[in-house]
Amino acid sequence: MKKIIAKQEACMGCGICEVYCTAAHSKSKDIVKAYNNEKPKPISRIRREVNKPVSFAIQCRHCEDAPCVAACLSGAMQKDQKTGEVTHNKEKCIGCWTCVMVCPYGALVMDKEGHVVAKCDLCQGLTEPACVANCPNQALVFKEVKP
Amino acid sequence: MAKYVIVGASAAGIAAVGGIRKVDPDGAIMVITEEACADYSRPMISDLVSGKADLLKMKCKTEDFWKDNKAELRLGKKVVSIDLAGKTVNFEDGEKVAYEKLLLATGGKPFVPKMEGQEKDGVFTFTNIAEAQRLAAKIDSIQAKSAVVIGAGLIGISVAEALMKRGLKVTVVELQEKILSLLLDAKASDIVEAVIRKTGVNFATGQSVQKIISRPENDGAVGGVILTKGDQVPCDLVIVAIGVIPRTELVVGTNVKINRGIIVDNFMQTSVPDVYASGDVAETFDFILNQSRSLPLWPLAVLEGRVAGANMAGAKTSYEGGTNMSSLKYFGIPIVSIGLANPKEDPTLEIIVKQDLEHNVYKKLVLRNNVIVGMTLVNCIERAGILFNLLKDKVNVKKFKQDLLRDDFGWAMLPVTMQRKMGVIQ
Repeated sequence: MKKIIAKQEACMGCGICEVYCTAAHSKSKDIVKAYNNEKPKPISRIRREVNKPVSFAIQCRHCEDAPCVAACLSGAMQKDQKTGEVTHNKEKCIGCWTCVMVCPYGALVMDKEGHVVAKCDLCQGLTEPACVANCPNQALVFKEVKP
Repeated sequence: MAKYVIVGASAAGIAAVGGIRKVDPDGAIMVITEEACADYSRPMISDLVSGKADLLKMKCKTEDFWKDNKAELRLGKKVVSIDLAGKTVNFEDGEKVAYEKLLLATGGKPFVPKMEGQEKDGVFTFTNIAEAQRLAAKIDSIQAKSAVVIGAGLIGISVAEALMKRGLKVTVVELQEKILSLLLDAKASDIVEAVIRKTGVNFATGQSVQKIISRPENDGAVGGVILTKGDQVPCDLVIVAIGVIPRTELVVGTNVKINRGIIVDNFMQTSVPDVYASGDVAETFDFILNQSRSLPLWPLAVLEGRVAGANMAGAKTSYEGGTNMSSLKYFGIPIVSIGLANPKEDPTLEIIVKQDLEHNVYKKLVLRNNVIVGMTLVNCIERAGILFNLLKDKVNVKKFKQDLLRDDFGWAMLPVTMQRKMGVIQ
């Protein structure tokens, strides 16, 4: 399957990926409106990890044998057998944070306002995930990798 | 006759179906449950009482699950005995089903100590959907105003929150001096107790219920409790939520070895060939304590069930083990507690703590020889999974120990070799 891969040496730690991820997962898809007006506040599903001089961005790795899917108490987290994507159904999520407890990547984000988890959905519907498309230094690539 | 017979249709039983199908696409599977409803999320029964979830939301699997997996589900069927020599399970209604491989995934049953008045109308346990539905119906029918919850563990706190949300005045009685004592140390427990008290829930710790008393006008109905220290707490309902014990009764007195729960090896096999057990009924490997024990937790039951299923179908899959690990969402204060979160005095252990009491934040790691063996995170849990993975993989954290409790702790602070191995970076 195609996954988002971080190139640590190219990442400047600017955080633009977080901005575009937030906008891509907002109602308006507009950065200014998304940040200023929307309730509940849209949140980024990608996280910039910084330990200067090292920085890179991380999001759901869509694990083959995903710990979050096994641990999910409500059936909200599923592995799509066809696409390989780890999907999250917000309607079924109960915000128990059990997936947060077991994700080795720390890639699940707590939407505290909505009391549910938020995660990378590889920007379904876009040709390329927003974080990849908008990274100014091409530190994120979307490419075919072994599951 | 079914090649695979599974008794119990909750976390472990259902995960076993998936485990079998990964190895054997066709062998007949029968899953039997005495419950009227299968594959519902048991931890969500408190959401059913609070009104936050209905049965549809509680379903963990899609409607097509049984068909897709070619598994036959027998609802409302109680297995009353097992003929281990003849390899049949026997139903209450006389039906017998032969098996080649059997999985006991019967779960746990609520522990109810002897209390005077426990037979009164208005006393509930709280471990399955039928009990939750009865409790919810009772709240409506008597327009209950108050409840006493016995036990301040996971189940007790979850039901206390649900009742509070329904507008009941709730008092939680706990034998230990501190709430959530199996998960939290005294400090963390105090933080959480204070948060819960602010919602109006009361606690009576260090004591238990001596006697359940009647309503003045109705001798058969709950009217209150008398605590062991003598206080009287009036209430309309009593919920016993002390804990669960493995439901081993089908194999008591047989060659299936039982300690507290059914003893299994790392392949989830019992002491009797072709008989497997997993989930709350079994004692499984704790990789922190390095011994098998009862760990009645949903996510572990799923992992155990998968392993059992795969092995029943002929694979040789070993269970990697689990440990005491819980994530709590109740009363708006997220908590994660894993492994030796609250150890006794031990000179071989190193404990590091970071706290911000103004924001109810408390983070504690327990290490032995620079390996994390336990952790508690209160109100700051988003990095829990990274820490859990270090604990699970027994990673030596000496080089980045000082970073572990930083608020911005993350993968950038871990060694490049680990980052590459886990595919975090290219």
